[in-house]
Amino acid sequence: MNQQDQTEVEFSLEALQNGDQAEFARVVATYSGYIYRLALKMLHNPQDAEDVLQDTFIKAFHALPKFQGQSKVSTWLYRIATNEALMFLRKKRPDTVSVEVPHQNDDEEASRPLQIVDWCCLPEDELVSDEAREQLDRSITQLPESLRLAFVLRDIEGLSTRETAEVLEISETAVKTRLHRARMNLRESLTAYYQGKIPESV
Amino acid sequence: MTQHDYHNHHDCFHLLNSLSDYVDGELGEELCNEIERHVADCEDCRIFVDTYKKTIYLYHETTAEPEIPSDVRLRLFHRLNLKDFLENSVGEAQE
Repeated sequence: MNQQDQTEVEFSLEALQNGDQAEFARVVATYSGYIYRLALKMLHNPQDAEDVLQDTFIKAFHALPKFQGQSKVSTWLYRIATNEALMFLRKKRPDTVSVEVPHQNDDEEASRPLQIVDWCCLPEDELVSDEAREQLDRSITQLPESLRLAFVLRDIEGLSTRETAEVLEISETAVKTRLHRARMNLRESLTAYYQGKIPESV
Repeated sequence: MTQHDYHNHHDCFHLLNSLSDYVDGELGEELCNEIERHVADCEDCRIFVDTYKKTIYLYHETTAEPEIPSDVRLRLFHRLNLKDFLENSVGEAQE
């Protein structure tokens, strides 16, 4: 479903609406890897990601008779999966999850000085070491959920702005704003991490 | 390490707001040129743009293929009562 490698697979809408198991199995086989990756990035826990994966396809199967094919199958599945992931997070930590963008922090966030460290010079094996990969994943989970979703859909799953807007049922402008804030947050987080890897003489 | 208070630098703040569109190639030529001229003169912004781009690049670079572990796939198909289709689907996914 990634923009670069995605070739939207054709499915029979009629067969899906009639609950045809073979056709649904094709949908599951085609998209389960993408849904699992999304869940893993959102939840950072394989067991939780598997729960969301299963719940997504169970919900999808029950919703098949009502699927009109107005959006692509992939977009429809991503929408179910993002809702499942958010519900999962809410159930797990009911007091800390907000689906809304935390507007109250806008001023504080915008006026915060940004860390300026040129860590681009670090060698590639340092930038993508196992430890760094773990940090990249951890940084995503530290984002507010709404920003995390925009980032995962756009920059991990490779959806277009329009597709992301359709999945999240928000405007394209809102997608762009959330994506930019997510990227800014992640840059700060990675700067804090990578600056510790720069030799003092550099 | 230095800190840059972008809020008090009009040009830098302006650049920040356009940065996402800039790296996605969705910014008009005039604004692109404006950013490139500014970055050539402002070392903090040069570093900022480079690390912003590198952040996105690193996530792209380290994104795994959309594969599902075989035991996870097996449990998914069983849960969905689709185990009769497991053989075919595994073959399809490996193509």
